[in-house]
Amino acid sequence: MSGRLRFARTPTGAVGLALLVVLVGVALLGPLFAPHPPDEPVGVPLTGPAEGAPFGTDFLGRDVLSRALWGGRSVLALAGLATLLAYAGGILVGLVAGYSRSLLDPLLMRAADVMLSFPAILFLLVLVTGAGTSKTVLVVGVALVQMPLVARIIRAATLEQSVRGFVEAAVARGESTAAILRREILPNILGPIMADAGLRFTYAIILVASVNFLGLGLQPPAADWALIISENRNGLTLNPYVILLPAALIGLLTIAVNLVGDSIARTLGISTARRRLVR
Amino acid sequence: MTEVAAPRAAARAARRRRPLLRFVVRRLAAAVATLFVVSILIFAGTEVLPGDAASAVLGRTATPEQLAEMQELMGLDRPAHERYLDWLGGVLTGDLGNSAAGYAAGGETPIWDDIAPRVGNSLVLAGVTALLMVPLALVLGVLAAVRAGRTVDHAISVGSLAIISLPEFIIGSLLILLFFSWLDVLPPVSLVPPGESALSRPEALVLPVLTLLGASLAASIRMVRAGMLEALNAEYVTMARLNGFRERVVVARYALRNALAPSVQVFAQNIQYLVGGIVVTEYLFSYPGLGKELVDAVAIRDVREVQSVALLVAGVYVLLNIVADVLVVLLVPKLRTQS
Repeated sequence: MSGRLRFARTPTGAVGLALLVVLVGVALLGPLFAPHPPDEPVGVPLTGPAEGAPFGTDFLGRDVLSRALWGGRSVLALAGLATLLAYAGGILVGLVAGYSRSLLDPLLMRAADVMLSFPAILFLLVLVTGAGTSKTVLVVGVALVQMPLVARIIRAATLEQSVRGFVEAAVARGESTAAILRREILPNILGPIMADAGLRFTYAIILVASVNFLGLGLQPPAADWALIISENRNGLTLNPYVILLPAALIGLLTIAVNLVGDSIARTLGISTARRRLVR
Repeated sequence: MTEVAAPRAAARAARRRRPLLRFVVRRLAAAVATLFVVSILIFAGTEVLPGDAASAVLGRTATPEQLAEMQELMGLDRPAHERYLDWLGGVLTGDLGNSAAGYAAGGETPIWDDIAPRVGNSLVLAGVTALLMVPLALVLGVLAAVRAGRTVDHAISVGSLAIISLPEFIIGSLLILLFFSWLDVLPPVSLVPPGESALSRPEALVLPVLTLLGASLAASIRMVRAGMLEALNAEYVTMARLNGFRERVVVARYALRNALAPSVQVFAQNIQYLVGGIVVTEYLFSYPGLGKELVDAVAIRDVREVQSVALLVAGVYVLLNIVADVLVVLLVPKLRTQS
């Protein structure tokens, strides 16, 4: 097996990868197998499993299975987009701060400290109050929360690389700063980037789902795992599956992503226990 | 001149003799600066769309005249920097302003009256969770480290890694399904009547506490285990073993004592995390705390209340961070002479 997939040979890595493949499959291909449209009533609201609705109906009489099969795309898309955005911004800020050797470095890092000086969910709530509820606000907000953490790691790795011989050689050859950052430094800091990606994606899913659960992200009638749990909370005595199914799907997804991320970090020789818990 | 200079020099000398005091003063100064920047961020973030607070109160049917009147009443017609200074001055003197919900009802309701009873409820929830988390994390973390590589360790490590990955509302929802839908022993909503302490309703506290405990305990266990493993591999532990001390003495007196200092930081971090986790947990259980109040305020876009509560929560968060740092410095003598 190639070096890149070494993590899949560890027990947690293998279990995590298998789970992840199944859940991403459910999220992406689920809508193709949904027996009913996600937004049309098929029976009496909040009835248990029945013919044609194996997990019963939700509070508006819609098919729970169909909504669950439709509801994974938004989770993956919003969290994935937020993570990519956080890395794009974080890598840029981290490279600049780590390589500039000017006032920019302390300035950017103090800004990161301030961002990390209050809980992520608080930041998102403040943002929603000012900018309203929308997908853009949700994605940008989650990306902004994660960006300082990415930037810190990239900065530390960049600082370490910037004193190496091959960087000095490139400087002596008269290469531009942009070229040095892209060709000399970036390829050498991919390790720490990879090691942290799983954790960042896990928290992106947690944050996106939490905001949706609070009713301050996606709005009804969107089919979204977190939103399904939120809007059916009062109906769980009548049909527990309406909570159980989406809860199990989100839970297994975050566990799978974190297992994969954890085993990648381990095979790269990075201890995962002490990493900061940020939400 | 000399009368003034002498005490100053004495104070400086005293500070030099007490590096811990200097450390605390410096951290407090940094915290004040941070909170100042945070207050600007909160204000700017919530007032991206000026004047919106008034229309949120009146709804879409308001005439322009009504809107202008409400804006004047709420002070929204003044320039942003004036409103900011007004708000900050109010917060510093204990006046958080009036809630938009109060204006909507036709009167002026001070925000503090709304949140005062809820602050206590949130403190009870976070406090009980923290009190349970610390001993449990120590016991399970040490157990996993001492039995490293065996079944107990694998169970604790994999279990905590799984729980740490779960959002609070998933842990809480699954707990509700288990203890309410299936076993029918605990209520799915935690109603605490106004004027009553949450402590007088233990059955309402169990599930929210378990929910908050889940993620923070899992994270703490992992870090206590890592710290303990490091200590167990240290030379002084090998030395103690070679000296013939019993394993229990080695673990308790040598390894654990040295693993405690980093653990304190871990606990503080996770108690800090409770500040954020409490928002979702309170909303899930309709627990009448500060977090639920904040979400409700955001939902109706009560800008002034969101600003004040957010700054309050950020203040608690920053303060906890300082307490943690000071505790660590107290526990690790080496750090006292450095910096």
